[in-house]
Amino acid sequence: MTDFWKSSAVWRLLRRGALKEEGNSPGGALKRNMPLVPADSIAGRALVTVIVIMTFLASFVTGIGVLFHSASRDWTDSISREMTIQIRPAAGRDIEAEVKTAAALARAAAGVANVKIFGKSDSERLLEPWLGTGLDLGELPVPRLIVVELGGAGTLDTEKLRRDLREKVSAASLDDHRLWIERLAAMVRSLVAVVALILALVLTALGLAVAFATRGAMAGNKVILDVLHFVGAADDFIAREFQRHFFRLGLRGAAIGVACALAAFFAFEGLAAWQAKSPGGDQIEILFGTFALGPAGYTIIILIGAGIALLTGIVSRIIVFRHLRGLD
Amino acid sequence: MVRFENVGLRYGMGPEVLRNISFEISPQSFQFLTGPSGAGKTTLMRLILLSLKPTRGLISVFQKDAARLDKDAITALRRRFGVVFQDFRLLDHLTTYENVALPLRVKGRLESSYRAEVVELLNWVGLGQRMHVLPPVLSGGEKQRAAIARALIVRPELLLADEPTGNVDPPLARRLMRLFTELNKSGTAVVVATHDLALMDQFDSARRLVISNGRLQVYD
Repeated sequence: MTDFWKSSAVWRLLRRGALKEEGNSPGGALKRNMPLVPADSIAGRALVTVIVIMTFLASFVTGIGVLFHSASRDWTDSISREMTIQIRPAAGRDIEAEVKTAAALARAAAGVANVKIFGKSDSERLLEPWLGTGLDLGELPVPRLIVVELGGAGTLDTEKLRRDLREKVSAASLDDHRLWIERLAAMVRSLVAVVALILALVLTALGLAVAFATRGAMAGNKVILDVLHFVGAADDFIAREFQRHFFRLGLRGAAIGVACALAAFFAFEGLAAWQAKSPGGDQIEILFGTFALGPAGYTIIILIGAGIALLTGIVSRIIVFRHLRGLD
Repeated sequence: MVRFENVGLRYGMGPEVLRNISFEISPQSFQFLTGPSGAGKTTLMRLILLSLKPTRGLISVFQKDAARLDKDAITALRRRFGVVFQDFRLLDHLTTYENVALPLRVKGRLESSYRAEVVELLNWVGLGQRMHVLPPVLSGGEKQRAAIARALIVRPELLLADEPTGNVDPPLARRLMRLFTELNKSGTAVVVATHDLALMDQFDSARRLVISNGRLQVYD
């Protein structure tokens, strides 16, 4: 054997392996500080599967909630940036003049960026989806609309504009979409409440599953508990060992569950982008925006995963302490 | 070190399994605890280890009244004991080295601080070559020695060994007993529970605690 061979890394590894076999090496090859609760068991794998499913459900439902919330914010923003003045036709009144007067009042108000008058034909076109095309709407008293876009200098005094319109154009009414915004806000609140409820149910079910698994693990590892007690392990030490074991299981399950949820949202995002040009895709985009969770949404999902891993550890610690107290 | 005064124990509403037990274990003493199977040797050991509470009487361990000890104090006292179980109770997923190091690990000591100590003890009990293997691979005698090493690693003031020679051949049993007597000479009080009369006869000078029908007789 050459000196070169003896000095090579392979030779050093072989030497270390040989020493390990002989058991003479106190350093290097010793396995130490292995978890006191056996890491791999059928019950542990079953619990990881349950955590994966629960984390996926929690992440998915939260993601849907985030999508609705951001879509509703977009709707609210776009609606609250606009107001509509409606002028109803009435016998003996010059509706064109009244439209001009109302538009002038709106333009003069502070906080108005732009005023857009919908012509008669524009108003009639708005009715087409309900009345169909090809009808002569000339004889119908179709109201005229003025769209007021907000955003100019100052803040619009809506009540003053409403009062001015009432005084100078009696057939005019100002709609600030408050009703819609309130309904929308109520809908979003309901949706968030449903998401929170589902999340609470999922987390409760997960907590119970972890509690049962911890009790099972303690029953299955009774010898370990006995030995730990007799060698002078404090309850806190034992609880920490079980907590570490279940935190690891929780972390593994939560990581897989979060990865599945993120993959599902990526897939939906890609699908939505692919279908964006179809009529169905338009509807989805109106409802959910671009179907993109965004950095905040992804962060929330990752935080849910981390929270589930923590919950798993904490629940197991509580159960272990209760069990040990019961042994007294 | 350990003092029992009129101790009685019953499980639930059943009859007393131990009655009026009174004895004392002095520092650096060596005694056999013997009696027929089912007489209550293991129960008595569990009372000494404070894992059972007597239904009557006084137990005092290291000059402390056991009835007044809280859980932390019991844990602290147990660290002064070494225990060898009849069925070894080695943790099957830990190596021999980790099993022996367990009492030091639960004390919160860093692994690097006790590694040499554990390796030295394993070599001393003849398990230097087997420190990396898991207990299921060990023979009965090796398991017994690993269990003894685990009890000795904390340099206990009192060693309780429950049938330590029950699973080994006579030559190994004698070697283990010599190990206990050596340990006793170095200052540890030893209680060996056994019903092997031949073994006890080889150590004639040892004190005998004989338990029968729930009562204890002491032969100094």
